Amino acid sequence: MSATARKAGFGAALWDYLTTVDHKKIGILYLVAGIFFFILGGLEAMLIRIQLISPNNEFISAQFYNEVLTMHGTTMIFLAAMPLIFALMNAVVPLQIGARDVAFPFVNSLGFWLFFFGGVMLNVSWFVTGAPDAGWTAYAPLSIFSEGHGVDFYAIGLQISGFGTLMGGINFIVTVVNMRAPGMTYMRMPLFTWTAFIASVLILFAFPALTVGLFMLTFDRLFGANFFDPAMGGNAIIWEHLFWIFGHPEVYILILPAFGVFSEVIPTFAKKRLFGYSSMVFATVLIAFLGFMVWAHHMFTVGLGPIANSIFAVATMAIAVPTGIKIFNWLFTLWGGSIRLTSPMVFALGFIPTFTIGGMTGVMLASAAADFQYHDSYFVVAHFHYVIVGGVVLGLFAGIIYWWPKMFGTMLNEKLNHWFFWLFFIGFHLTFFIQHFLGLMGMPRRYWKFLPDQGLDLFNLISTIGAFFMAVGTIVFLYNVIITQVKGVKVSGDPWDARTLEWAIPSPPPFYNFKQEPLVRGLDPLWIEKTEGNGKIQPATPLGDIHMPNNSFVPFMMSLGLFIAGFGVMFQGTYWVLAVIGFGITAGSMLYRSFKDDLGYHVHKEDLEDEKGDGSNG
Amino acid sequence: MADNTNSNEKQLYYRKKHKEEMKHHILTFAMMIAFTLIAFGLVIAEVSALFTIPIILVLAAVQVLFQLYYFMHMNQEGHEMPALMIYSGIFAALLTVLALATIVWW
Repeated sequence: MSATARKAGFGAALWDYLTTVDHKKIGILYLVAGIFFFILGGLEAMLIRIQLISPNNEFISAQFYNEVLTMHGTTMIFLAAMPLIFALMNAVVPLQIGARDVAFPFVNSLGFWLFFFGGVMLNVSWFVTGAPDAGWTAYAPLSIFSEGHGVDFYAIGLQISGFGTLMGGINFIVTVVNMRAPGMTYMRMPLFTWTAFIASVLILFAFPALTVGLFMLTFDRLFGANFFDPAMGGNAIIWEHLFWIFGHPEVYILILPAFGVFSEVIPTFAKKRLFGYSSMVFATVLIAFLGFMVWAHHMFTVGLGPIANSIFAVATMAIAVPTGIKIFNWLFTLWGGSIRLTSPMVFALGFIPTFTIGGMTGVMLASAAADFQYHDSYFVVAHFHYVIVGGVVLGLFAGIIYWWPKMFGTMLNEKLNHWFFWLFFIGFHLTFFIQHFLGLMGMPRRYWKFLPDQGLDLFNLISTIGAFFMAVGTIVFLYNVIITQVKGVKVSGDPWDARTLEWAIPSPPPFYNFKQEPLVRGLDPLWIEKTEGNGKIQPATPLGDIHMPNNSFVPFMMSLGLFIAGFGVMFQGTYWVLAVIGFGITAGSMLYRSFKDDLGYHVHKEDLEDEKGDGSNG
Repeated sequence: MADNTNSNEKQLYYRKKHKEEMKHHILTFAMMIAFTLIAFGLVIAEVSALFTIPIILVLAAVQVLFQLYYFMHMNQEGHEMPALMIYSGIFAALLTVLALATIVWW
């Protein structure tokens, strides 16, 4: 038996995933967890839409509606979109830059398990005194005075998963800076790697604001601090600032990698190199830069004064410029291309007009004076669903379908993918386009009920019908995933006839990725070799031993410790014992990790020579 | 031996370079101690707070830069990316503080 091919039973496979430090397997873990939470958030969305199907509906109670609404937003942003972004980053970025793994495989695993336990913690709240009910933004002072432990779960759950995200971001910065293959200069990096890199930088700078805000919220609620209580000399507006100093870069953390996906998909299926590559990189960096000076556009009605409002309004409108550069670059890439309408490409083509509509309503909302009319109405709901669903979700599904063969070695059924797209896309526009008008007619967001005969009945009904289309579309996708994996028909290393480095190795790649470090001769390295070489990436180094990290169960234990400790801190009294046990487990795991010399192992050259194939196109 | 000459030259070069680095280290170390003494001296001498506070802040900033550039080797090659990240982080943090100071606390 060769050193690299092993067959294992279910228990062994489970243990393998619990302890893995391989970026490809962590990518799969993120994908599975992300899709699970996406379904959960989707069910919550369905409850909201069913409640609003008709006026004065009593389908769910007001309190439960608040909880469902809060958890829908929180779950979709933190527990579905973020991990799915990390799923693609893990699965693709190391392969695109010709690396054998991320810079810190152990930290990568720790990042996943922290996110996962944070997400589980948030959802445990359903069974213990009720879920958070102060909206996904948890504005003080409502979040301070919200009864029960819902908002405590919000603060501590997000804190734990936020640690994981921060670690993931740092890991990808270091990976992209230090682990690029010979010849892979910054300006030869594929756009997805670029956007993942910039998104990681945004994570590094934006998440600390959330960490600070959540700590203050936790201390206010659990330990008698008064950061946000005006009666005690606190200031409720500070929470809003901290939340949006994090929150606005967060939307760019989500959308930039989605832009990256489309910048990979469109050139591949238009059979042309990306139009204006360097301007795409420039626009990405510019969006990130401007993203830090626009947060107060969420707070125009707070009363910051006309000067502050104007500054933030202008900065916000400025972001439309780099985004516009990107839209035009995609259009020019399509121009004169030989276009193949595969499902990722159809998602990309659906994305361009949808996202442009979201961008236009964004500029409308950016004008501070007009925003006083739109604020907290369904117009805002329609706007951010156009950019998040029309941008991020379409991007994520395009990416998942596009890289599915690379992650699993199988190909999702194209026909079902098209069905998924059309059901989801039509359903999306039915649900949310009409919400612009609901908002303009004055329907406020987050309300449990609306009254009959105010002209809102029909549009709400149409919106709910659209939501059912989206649900059916998602079910088609899940069905597709199941039948594809059950059939398990293997595909080649390069089923899309693509351009970048990850397609030069078999699908799924061997655990060490590249047998020899690849030599990168330019942008779209595989395409260069296809048109100017023999279609295979040339190695930059001779065959040698490969140094690999050992699997470890420690990240799981560290995260489990914080998860247990969270309950102790929350319920206090006799439950403090849980905090002692939990922090004990975490600290003990860290000590164990510090004192144990884990130098990894080597895959030997002789064993690599025994492997079939040369590590290039399978 | 022939190839030893080459490495001798290299050795001489590095010895000279290290000597220079050592000089810089000692110089900055002495200056940092002096700065600390000045800071304490200003407080002990009960100079007006309006003067003392900005001076102490400036001295602190310079000491941080000494620390980063001379003792943590940011003055050497290959530290462009860490420098870029540090300055971007400082920029983001300053922006936050500036905005909060002007719109919330002023």
